[in-house]
Amino acid sequence: MDPLTPKDVEHIAQLAYIKLSDEESEDMRVQLTNILGHFASLSAVDTEGVEPTGHTTDSNTVMRKDEPLPPLDQDDVLRNAPDRDGEFVRVRPVLE
Amino acid sequence: MTTHSTNSDLYFATARELRSKFDGREFSSVEATRAILDRISTLEPSLNTFITVTPERALKDAEAADRRLQGSGQEAGPLTGVPIMIKDNFSTKDVETTAASNILKGYIPPYDGTAVRLLKEAGAVILGKGNLDEFAMGSSNESSAFGPVHNPWDTDRVPGGSSGGAAAAVAAGECFIAFGSDTGGSIRQPASLCGVVGMKPTYGLVSRFGLLAFGSSLDQIGPLTRSVADCADALNVISKHDRRDSTSVKAPFDDFAQDINAGVAGMNIGVPKEYLVDGMESGVRSAFEASLKTLEDLGANISETSLPLTDHALAVYYIIAPSEASANLSRYDGVKYGLGTLDADTSAQATEIARGEGFGDEVKRRIFLGTYALSAGYYDAYYKKAQQVRTLIRREFTDAFLKFDALVTPTSPGVAFKLGEKMDDPFQMYMNDVCTIPVNIAGLPSISVPGGISEDLPVGLQFIGPQFGDTTVIRAAAAYEQATNWHQKHPLI
Repeated sequence: MDPLTPKDVEHIAQLAYIKLSDEESEDMRVQLTNILGHFASLSAVDTEGVEPTGHTTDSNTVMRKDEPLPPLDQDDVLRNAPDRDGEFVRVRPVLE
Repeated sequence: MTTHSTNSDLYFATARELRSKFDGREFSSVEATRAILDRISTLEPSLNTFITVTPERALKDAEAADRRLQGSGQEAGPLTGVPIMIKDNFSTKDVETTAASNILKGYIPPYDGTAVRLLKEAGAVILGKGNLDEFAMGSSNESSAFGPVHNPWDTDRVPGGSSGGAAAAVAAGECFIAFGSDTGGSIRQPASLCGVVGMKPTYGLVSRFGLLAFGSSLDQIGPLTRSVADCADALNVISKHDRRDSTSVKAPFDDFAQDINAGVAGMNIGVPKEYLVDGMESGVRSAFEASLKTLEDLGANISETSLPLTDHALAVYYIIAPSEASANLSRYDGVKYGLGTLDADTSAQATEIARGEGFGDEVKRRIFLGTYALSAGYYDAYYKKAQQVRTLIRREFTDAFLKFDALVTPTSPGVAFKLGEKMDDPFQMYMNDVCTIPVNIAGLPSISVPGGISEDLPVGLQFIGPQFGDTTVIRAAAAYEQATNWHQKHPLI
């Protein structure tokens, strides 16, 4: 396969919401290209008409009764937020 | 409990032996817990197996267990009063849970995962949280944000990973049983490198609720122990249907210890030749050949077989696991918990900074790999293709189990390697799991038991069974263990 370009890495970084330094980006480009190269052999396997496996148990949509259970303690949950205001989690502006 | 030799008998006792000492009033759980906490204090500076030790909680658990062992309240079980370690990717209410990542430092879960709850109900004494590769991504425990774990057999070497803290702690006598998670070998490979028993049960047998998700279709919780019987007892405690995990199976559960003395006479055991990979160390190969001879002497019918798609398992795994990880780890956004930053203009920027600073190199690499494999234009070539080959790998195993009761392979192609030795080449590191990964792809049960010594270091032997054949692999492993003395060898630490 063709090596990844710096633009490819930048695009993945945006999709993954991860900020990389320039040095990290270049390392990532080289390593991903190398790892993806090892995957090329898969294209040789004939998978015509083969159903994909998502998971190995044969159950699919599992239904259960919608019964209310005791909720988590609000303070126990909110104590982990990096920035909190009373019973709210504070975030930076969402709209630019 | 005053002489050194008695203590050393205690440290390396099996959980069953410890329980019989409780029953014979030789020790109380509080005494055993104190002795183990002392040992942890002594050994931690050189091993680093724990991220968090919780002595006060452990002693309180032990006091409660002693009351139960003396007959008050609930009936005592095989794990009552037994000091255990929990890998630090299991949610533990009110005890910091980090997954060995900077992004979760300081995170205090508001609830217990199901396996943790079942262990507490069984009266086990939780000593603390075990070190691991960050988010269980690694085969050497070197990607932990809390520093690497050192192998007790040789502290210049890795313990394997990702459940490296768990395996090293069981090997060093810092706990009697540890609980880990296995996505591509993360219980069995470190068990092999540290000379202990480690089992990945059939996918769906143990609830994943409260396990910090890595690859959800591959992750499974299991025990690391010093005997196969302890492994079966531990599995009996944690395998239970759970409405909080939609992949948790409802099938009636066996008593996993029921066949530990049944032997392997007449059992058909296959040796898939593709597992004897190029680059397998000669010491591992000869230990494996000796193990096959042992099984034959016990009356098993051993024959070679072929699973040709094994060669593609690594590629399938390193597409599917990172893809699932990239989705699972999107929850770490620096808003609700974990590392966050106020030093950003927008919420999106704050998330990018928190994730850039909070995740380590290997975790970032896998998120990038998975994000790429799932992205527009590449989905069919990578993710869908890998899922289709996954179907074919499952079929290949299903066909093999028409002929064989179990398969046997080395657990890892090598013994414990030196710290730092494989850190520069991610793909070399991935090769450590070449014998364990196919099992997760197919959701099968598999156990690694001590199966020899090479270069003064432990070698593991892996049994693989058909789906829900957990009792079968335990039976084969127990027969092998009873015929050998590898499990009685302990590091001189």
